[in-house]
Amino acid sequence: MPKRMKPDGEMLKGTLDMMILRSLVGGDAHGHTVAKIIERTSEDVLEVEQGSLYPALHRLEDRGWVSSYWGSSENNRKAKFYRLTAMGRKQLVRETSRWRQMTRAIGLVMGEEFAETGGVQ
Amino acid sequence: MSWSRFFRRKRADADLLDEIESYIREEIAENRSRGMSEEEANRRARIKLGNPTTVRESLWRQNAIPLIDNLARDFRYAARTLLRTPGFSLVAIGVMALCIGATTSLFTVVRSVLLRPLPFRDPDRLVMLYEHFRDPSMNAQQYNYSAVSPADFYDWRTQTHGFEDMAAWRWWQFNLTGDRGELPELISAAGGSWNLFPLLGVHAVIGRTFTESEDRPDGNAVLLTWSMFERRFGGDQAIVGKQIHLDGKPYTVVGVLPKWFNYPDAKMQVWVPYESGLPPAILQHHDFHFTRVVARLTQDVSLANALSQVGAVQYGLHMQNLNSSVAEDVASKTLIQDLAQDVNKPLVILLCAVVCMLLIGCLNVANLMVARSTARQKEIAIRSAMGAQRATLIRGQLMESVLVSIIGGVAGVLLSLAATKWLAQTWKDLPSAQSIHVDGVVLAFACAIIFAAALLAGLLPAISSTGKGAIAVLQASSRSGTGSQRRTALRKTLLIVEIATTVVLLIGAGLLLKSFFRLRTTDVGCATDNVLTMDYSLPPKKYDSPEKVNAFNEALLERVRTMPGVNSAALGSMVPGAGAGEGDDFTVPEQPPVGNGKASPTALYRRADPGYFSALHIPLLNGRFFTRDDRVAHPRAIIVSRQLAQQYFPGDNPLGKHIHIPAHGNADFEIVGVVGDTLHQVGQAGKPTMYVPILSGENDGGITLVVRAAFDPIALSLPVQKQIAQLDPDLPVSDVFTMQQILERSLGNASLSASLVLAFAVLSLVLASVGLYGVLSYLTTQRTGEIGLRMALGAQRKEILGLMLGDGLRPALYGLVVGLGVGAGAVRLIQSMLYGTRPLDPSIFAIVAATLIVVAALACIVPAWRASRINPMRALRAE
Repeated sequence: MPKRMKPDGEMLKGTLDMMILRSLVGGDAHGHTVAKIIERTSEDVLEVEQGSLYPALHRLEDRGWVSSYWGSSENNRKAKFYRLTAMGRKQLVRETSRWRQMTRAIGLVMGEEFAETGGVQ
Repeated sequence: MSWSRFFRRKRADADLLDEIESYIREEIAENRSRGMSEEEANRRARIKLGNPTTVRESLWRQNAIPLIDNLARDFRYAARTLLRTPGFSLVAIGVMALCIGATTSLFTVVRSVLLRPLPFRDPDRLVMLYEHFRDPSMNAQQYNYSAVSPADFYDWRTQTHGFEDMAAWRWWQFNLTGDRGELPELISAAGGSWNLFPLLGVHAVIGRTFTESEDRPDGNAVLLTWSMFERRFGGDQAIVGKQIHLDGKPYTVVGVLPKWFNYPDAKMQVWVPYESGLPPAILQHHDFHFTRVVARLTQDVSLANALSQVGAVQYGLHMQNLNSSVAEDVASKTLIQDLAQDVNKPLVILLCAVVCMLLIGCLNVANLMVARSTARQKEIAIRSAMGAQRATLIRGQLMESVLVSIIGGVAGVLLSLAATKWLAQTWKDLPSAQSIHVDGVVLAFACAIIFAAALLAGLLPAISSTGKGAIAVLQASSRSGTGSQRRTALRKTLLIVEIATTVVLLIGAGLLLKSFFRLRTTDVGCATDNVLTMDYSLPPKKYDSPEKVNAFNEALLERVRTMPGVNSAALGSMVPGAGAGEGDDFTVPEQPPVGNGKASPTALYRRADPGYFSALHIPLLNGRFFTRDDRVAHPRAIIVSRQLAQQYFPGDNPLGKHIHIPAHGNADFEIVGVVGDTLHQVGQAGKPTMYVPILSGENDGGITLVVRAAFDPIALSLPVQKQIAQLDPDLPVSDVFTMQQILERSLGNASLSASLVLAFAVLSLVLASVGLYGVLSYLTTQRTGEIGLRMALGAQRKEILGLMLGDGLRPALYGLVVGLGVGAGAVRLIQSMLYGTRPLDPSIFAIVAATLIVVAALACIVPAWRASRINPMRALRAE
């Protein structure tokens, strides 16, 4: 049964965590790349604030969902890379299904015509 | 919350800095590749990143444990505040250190002496049994618990079943002589029944303890205590099974007692069997009170039950021996009470005094804290206006008193290490003084009082300064907010409690001191200046006839009397002030026998040579002193003290009457003289005393040589000892003291407790006056504006002075009244420690009240005077 979620900062934080995990599916990446991937794939709608990206990465690492190592970036600079762990992958699956249920639920509530008519009937 | 993250915060932060750095570089590189200039690329990258500090802070917070973080912040804040006012901090820490140190020291002593269980098997079931006389005149202090007679002990042991077993021991003393010319030595010894050690659960570390067959009058086994074994025999185990010579008789060493065994005191050197060396006749007596009885309760019998069995046996014995002093009842004490009997009360009183001082110290620090929090009213108002929770503010302020208490407490514990050592050395009566030390329990106690003190000193001011009124200070018009008035009332209440406690302490100290001076100036009834005494005891084996004893004694007197500087020399069994010693029952053949059920007459038994009374300046009231003819052939003369004459020959001339002493040859002595009374012990009521001629040659105990010199007699001690050594090189001399020293020995503990309580009281007085001064100074600054206004309206300086003085003295007077009231109740506690002083001694109460008022006035006069010097114009403008 999906948990009822409150649309507050906590939900958004969880969403960022989920998106970070998702962006690491394609391979290890450092902070800059993670931000880029999220921005690019969201067609530049979502802008990741560094103020929340790095604390989020550290939080995920603490929970064991990602691991990190220092390596060199594609431009041969020293950078901290993050890798999705097996636990992180499971978490991502869980989060994704929860996310889908929720967007569907919210979509049902909001209806499709509403946005098109602009709320005027 | 994660501890590992919490402790790795610094590293995580450094990591993050690197990460941010690498992000910037990546971004710059990307911007450059888009064709931006170096500078623009850099700028854009930094804009995109935003504020790196915010990033770091949010990670830092994420890794934090709020409670610890807050405490650490409070701690730093408190430390900075304290450092900003070093004067206040030092005073507060000093006060706490003194109070906590003193309390910890006394607790250490109390715990070691009164609370720690004795190291025996199942010590809770061990009790001491004593005889108890119903006659109220016998119940004055020391006879309440009378030592047991040997025959009583045997009957108790065989005829009752409430105790698993009973064992007996007695004090003794031996002259230890060596086989290879070692120095002779007078050693403390005890005679213990064969079952004493099994009863206590003590095993010999080498060899064994006594067997039943050794516990006979001719038994010659001896147990060494560990200190004797180490000191005299170099810890050589081969000593077990060998012989040593005690009073010239060979004894076989059967074992060595463990190092920790220092019962009944640490001076004990050897143990012999209880009956060993005692004349068999003594063991049949029901009225020779010299035995201590230790008994172990049977598992399922109550003490009351067991005691009543023994009591029944004792009452039977009393009824069978109505004409001798056999007690009617028995009484019991725990072993620890028995060991600590003389120090129990003083210790508890000192502990009370020191706790009072601790209370005063805490109140004082609390008072200072209230003053500080007043100065910080604005800060607190702003913080609470900005949303600080009251608990946060209280916690912040409490941290200051916690910090003061912890630093003061640590210093105090260090102080108490030294103080405890000093106390254990100075207080001679303390049993097990060598086992007094700081241990875990004491440290836990110290921690507990540190935190209690912190709460006491910090909580009140913190709560009062953060109340609802706190924000009122911010209102521009408030000249003195309601909060500050409340706080002034609080400070005054604290002050009243402080002063009342001080008054109680001062009263106690005053009474103890007065009683001590009474003791000091007691007239013992004989000369005390320039008198030297020393003890020796002629071994009965070598001095086996009256002639030999007399030959030694007279030769010694002859030699000493002709020494330069010696005015007179004399011999006696004891000198006044040196203790009760032997007391004997007697009858007067010329008088009808004492009725049944009444105690027979009893008096202290002393021996004296013809020169004893004149040497000690004891006046002859009637009849004559002894002469050199009162000796072996005609030994039956006796001299009595005035008290004996008045008590037992009321309205009659005792001269020519006879005294019959069963304990001494069952003979009649003819009274030939009456002499003045002397005190056997300073601080105790005098007893009837009788003197028999020492030249009778009877050799049954120690002899004290008394030398009266023309100058300080200490210089004579060595030359006199040499004279003794020339007469008999094997004879040990002990207890070389001047008469003053003997008297002071019995004063020592009274003086110690009086001066300690006085020290605590004076410290408390100083603390209280500092508190008074602080409160009034603060009031003066608070009321500067008001005073300026009064002056502008025409108030005279004198009136202002009076106003402020009254303000300061009022709490002092309230405190004084409360203190006098409480003190009058509390003196009951120390009643039994007072000598020649009534507990409600009006002079002491008056002196205390006067002292307090004078000190309080002194503490108030400076701030009051300062208030009266205020320049009204300046005061009003400053407002």
